[in-house]
Amino acid sequence: MDISVKLPGLNLKNPIIPASGCFGFGKEFAELYDLSLLGGIAIKSATPKERFGNPTPRIAETPMGMLNAIGLQNKGVDSIIENELPFLANYDTEIMANVAGATEEDYIEVIKKLNDQPVIKAYELNISCPNVKHGGIGLGTNPELAARITKMAKEAATKPVYVKLSPNVTDIVSIAKAVEEAGADGIVLINTLMGMRINLKTGKPLLANLTGGLSGPAIKPVAIRMVYQVSQSVNIPVIGVGGITCAEDVLEFLNAGASAVEVGAQNFVDPYVCPKIIEELPKVLEKYGYSSIEEAVGKAWK
Amino acid sequence: MRQEIAKILSNEEISKDIYKMEIECGLAQEAKPGQFIEITVPPFFLRRPISISEIKENTIVIIYKILGEGTKKMTEMSGDLDIFGPLGHGFEIENKDHVVLVGGGVGVPPLFQTAKEYLKNGTNVDVVLGFNDKETIFYEEEFKALGCHVYIATMDGSYGSKGTVINAIEDNQIKTDFVCSCGPLPMLKAVQNTFEAGYISLEARMACGMGACMGCVVKDQEGHSLRVCKDGPVFPIGKVVL
Repeated sequence: MDISVKLPGLNLKNPIIPASGCFGFGKEFAELYDLSLLGGIAIKSATPKERFGNPTPRIAETPMGMLNAIGLQNKGVDSIIENELPFLANYDTEIMANVAGATEEDYIEVIKKLNDQPVIKAYELNISCPNVKHGGIGLGTNPELAARITKMAKEAATKPVYVKLSPNVTDIVSIAKAVEEAGADGIVLINTLMGMRINLKTGKPLLANLTGGLSGPAIKPVAIRMVYQVSQSVNIPVIGVGGITCAEDVLEFLNAGASAVEVGAQNFVDPYVCPKIIEELPKVLEKYGYSSIEEAVGKAWK
Repeated sequence: MRQEIAKILSNEEISKDIYKMEIECGLAQEAKPGQFIEITVPPFFLRRPISISEIKENTIVIIYKILGEGTKKMTEMSGDLDIFGPLGHGFEIENKDHVVLVGGGVGVPPLFQTAKEYLKNGTNVDVVLGFNDKETIFYEEEFKALGCHVYIATMDGSYGSKGTVINAIEDNQIKTDFVCSCGPLPMLKAVQNTFEAGYISLEARMACGMGACMGCVVKDQEGHSLRVCKDGPVFPIGKVVL
């Protein structure tokens, strides 16, 4: 079965994309399997300058998931262009650059630097990271600010712009509509849910950053619900993400209205999860009576 | 580095809350001293990173302590085991006449294979092990059986030198210019302050275990970040800010 998906800027041979922050820049996973198997890769967030990120501990386990408070650690966009993108150019897969920053200007600076990089096929605007004090989620929880940064990014970008939204909001649809009106080419749903764990031995928060972003199977129902709501309300494609561990989960996201998906925390649990899903997906689609990806998309509300 | 369904051959308590598990697996043929594996412990989400204590032809031995719900669950496991590894950079085996291995508590296990490799090279191996009390001591006889000189310290003085591994080193007038060490952070700090050459192995909360998630980073002396799981867990003494 042909499971390719065509989205703005992205010719995906299959709808499976490792999620940003869960796959680095691919080098470690390339020791395990051929990255060309993947539909695409959402590479780790780029900011204008190097960021060390938050103090440790940055990781805490939760029931069916985990909290992380990495804090957008990266070497900065210039280093990424020099040291990471040439490696990714060796593979036949579509690279999405996740763009982050502390200010609106930071996002624009990163986009302008990446515009000349042919290996980058689209941008994923990260206005939803819960682990940074400035930028990140502050931009993604207010429709006006979300629209403003989207518009600025579209003006600066020479490639399609997807906006990755935060689930930590009262009304996800209003934010999705605002970024669509501002010119977004697609929406990625959802980033992590803000959470906390307390260490009973000390009575204090377990993460040094106090709060972290919840990911893993625990958040899948929230992601499905938001994809279901948003995909009916906008006319741009939605990429679903949140708690995917198997091909059946992918079909659930397609039914909810996603055109493609990103796989996040499960890469830490099963490093081969993406190729496994890619192999299983046609069989699962067939089992539920679909002869194409398109037939499955949005069935929940069509 | 591979993921495989291995077989648990034994899983038994060897000291208070300390368990030894022997695992039949293919990755035994790739493993080096000081490396670790990540173990799936249903129903928990993340894998557990556990250092490799001993490497045999078709099996590895791990020694772990009950520290939380995951390791508690591990004590009940038998049969199949989903493991991923070997991971990280272990102890480089260098050409030395004499090496001192310094281990504390659950940091002792990776030193066992390290001792075996040094002895195989004809190096004299002194082993200094620190524990809380007499009840929690393990592997004293095993290191002796390999042919190491073994010195023990207990915090409460119930066995061997009273105090830390540093006290045991002073009490026994052990002189060295090269140590390999693994144990709790305060012990590693003392080792790093006392000795100029050798290696230390760090512990960290991890997610991926393979260098992708940046969950377990530390800083080096120049302020650059290093991943405990991928660039370590073993680092040259003096490299990392502890």
